[in-house]
Amino acid sequence: MLRYLGKRFLLILPTIFVPLILVFLLLRLSPGDPAGMMLGDQATPEQIAALRTQLGLDQPIWIQFFLWLKGIVTLDLGNSIFFREPVMQIIPRYAVVTILLTLVALTLAIIIGITLGLISAMNRNKPIDRGVVTTAVLGISLPEFWFALLLIFVFAVTLRWFPVAGYNPPDAGIIAFGATIFLPALALGVRQSALMTRMMRSSMLDVLNEPYITTARAQGLPERTVIGRYAMRTAAMPVVTVAGLAAGYMLGGAVAIEIIFALPGLGRMLVEAVARRDYPLVEGGVLTISLVLAVLNLLIDLIYALLDPRIRYQ
Amino acid sequence: MTALVSPMPGERVSPATDAPVVLEVDGLSLSFRNADGLLPIVTDVSFSIRTGEAVALVGESGCGKSITASAIMGIAPDNAEIGGTISLNGQVISGLSPRERRKLCGRHMGFIFQEPMTALHPTLSIGRQMTDTLRHNLGMGQQEATNRAAELLDRVGIPRARDILRGYVHELSGGMRQRVMIALAISCGPSLIIADEPTTALDVTIQAQVLDLLEDMRRELNLAMLFITHDLEVVGDFCDRAVVMYAGDVVERGASADVVQSPAHPYARGLIDAVPAHDDGRTRLTPILGTVPPVGQWPQGCRFAPRCPRADSKCQTRPPIDRVRNTDVRCWYPLEESA
Repeated sequence: MLRYLGKRFLLILPTIFVPLILVFLLLRLSPGDPAGMMLGDQATPEQIAALRTQLGLDQPIWIQFFLWLKGIVTLDLGNSIFFREPVMQIIPRYAVVTILLTLVALTLAIIIGITLGLISAMNRNKPIDRGVVTTAVLGISLPEFWFALLLIFVFAVTLRWFPVAGYNPPDAGIIAFGATIFLPALALGVRQSALMTRMMRSSMLDVLNEPYITTARAQGLPERTVIGRYAMRTAAMPVVTVAGLAAGYMLGGAVAIEIIFALPGLGRMLVEAVARRDYPLVEGGVLTISLVLAVLNLLIDLIYALLDPRIRYQ
Repeated sequence: MTALVSPMPGERVSPATDAPVVLEVDGLSLSFRNADGLLPIVTDVSFSIRTGEAVALVGESGCGKSITASAIMGIAPDNAEIGGTISLNGQVISGLSPRERRKLCGRHMGFIFQEPMTALHPTLSIGRQMTDTLRHNLGMGQQEATNRAAELLDRVGIPRARDILRGYVHELSGGMRQRVMIALAISCGPSLIIADEPTTALDVTIQAQVLDLLEDMRRELNLAMLFITHDLEVVGDFCDRAVVMYAGDVVERGASADVVQSPAHPYARGLIDAVPAHDDGRTRLTPILGTVPPVGQWPQGCRFAPRCPRADSKCQTRPPIDRVRNTDVRCWYPLEESA
């Protein structure tokens, strides 16, 4: 188990550094220059050159990269060019929102996916099963920004159950926080929950045909134990795998959702930082997202190893 | 291949004929409901098993042996339409609700499957699977159930029982897995064990050990045993009586010595001729030509007629099951006593 943990931990490094290198290069290869952006149209070339020197942008790209790497190791990601404030202070404010949004969305998706998938499998080929499968196909096909607008229209504008947009931090109380996070999380989770529903349904149907389920029944165990413990235990594993992929997808998809619901999250911060060519802030944002994704995937692998003893010995 | 089993002559002790009947199957039929109506799988199967007796259910794959067993256990698929009566220890159980049938499983009937690797749960510990059963069926507490599980593993010849309880099925060898399966099946003190080809998936040397273990358990616990197999040597060595099935029908039924040594049904004869003899190894084997007709394409009359060397026009009508010499046979032209 410890070996497995160590191996998984080492695998985190490439997960984090490959996107970082890509973003670092892409930013500097794309047209537009932070110094020019900051000083505006009226700036003289001399002023721009002076600011570039001050920001260290006149140095060769590989020196910039190593300086930045050194910064990561010393936990100094530099100052935001726009906010003139350390990136390490700006990021947590936004990251909290995105992480909470992703976690709530993931939880919703898993609960909805497992429940509907189970109901569907237990009622195979009955009307309720067909209904769930059709809804799931619809859920997978809908773009989430459209679903987000639909949710706002129905639950915020028409029914007035939730605010249209905006964000209350958890400090404001669980109800105030829940009211602002529920619709965005649902919008972000709907596709993944539809995927998980289908995954759960087919995996449950497979497992129900396994001989060990027949054994459990032949041992006289009641159906709720057979399904709830013996079948669920193995049937839920593909869903756990999908949850890892879903977490990555949601962290990316959060950009659109945060903009629609006016949530002050990392996605929205990144879009604005890219528009301002705020190199340090973009790099810090991408680093944070990679890190969160890597940690989430590590957690999922740990859950997987707990659920399946065979994994621990590989 | 089961030469290793060979118990000493006279070792096999058959139960007294007045021992109480544990399982009585009378006119059992089973059909699957599908879009086209009912598809018969098993028709008119009757036999009984007494306390301490081992009865073999013999036939090629697709004869309806396993589905007969699942009908007895009450775990046949939902779309199965079951007829006839099944009685357990004198009580008719075929009319009971699925929930009541489930309560008989484990407590009164134990089941041993062909492939223990897939018949045991891959991600629940051996101990968990055993204690779940013990706690639910016998109302034991966790500690008591764990102790009992360790005793059971000990009894089926598994060393270091406590360690094995913490382990998982993939950590065990094939023979150990089947021993665990047997321990699980006998754990709640059933009076009937149904073993569905319990040695088919095992190495030849292990087969003998597992058969010996089953034989010991049968004798020690005075179990009635239904032994599903296609291995006629196992039938001869291990079982008191044999029921030969072909295409969902019982074709011959009697003491296993009679069925194996002088079968009266041409299909039973064919099964025996298809087994290699271990005396000289030069005798050519006689295969039964053709294959079992698929379900739904059974001939009108005798279902074995298309493959039978003795069949004629009379075999276009279905033969009744009748006593010939020492066995019950479903054939118009039963074989004479073989030399």
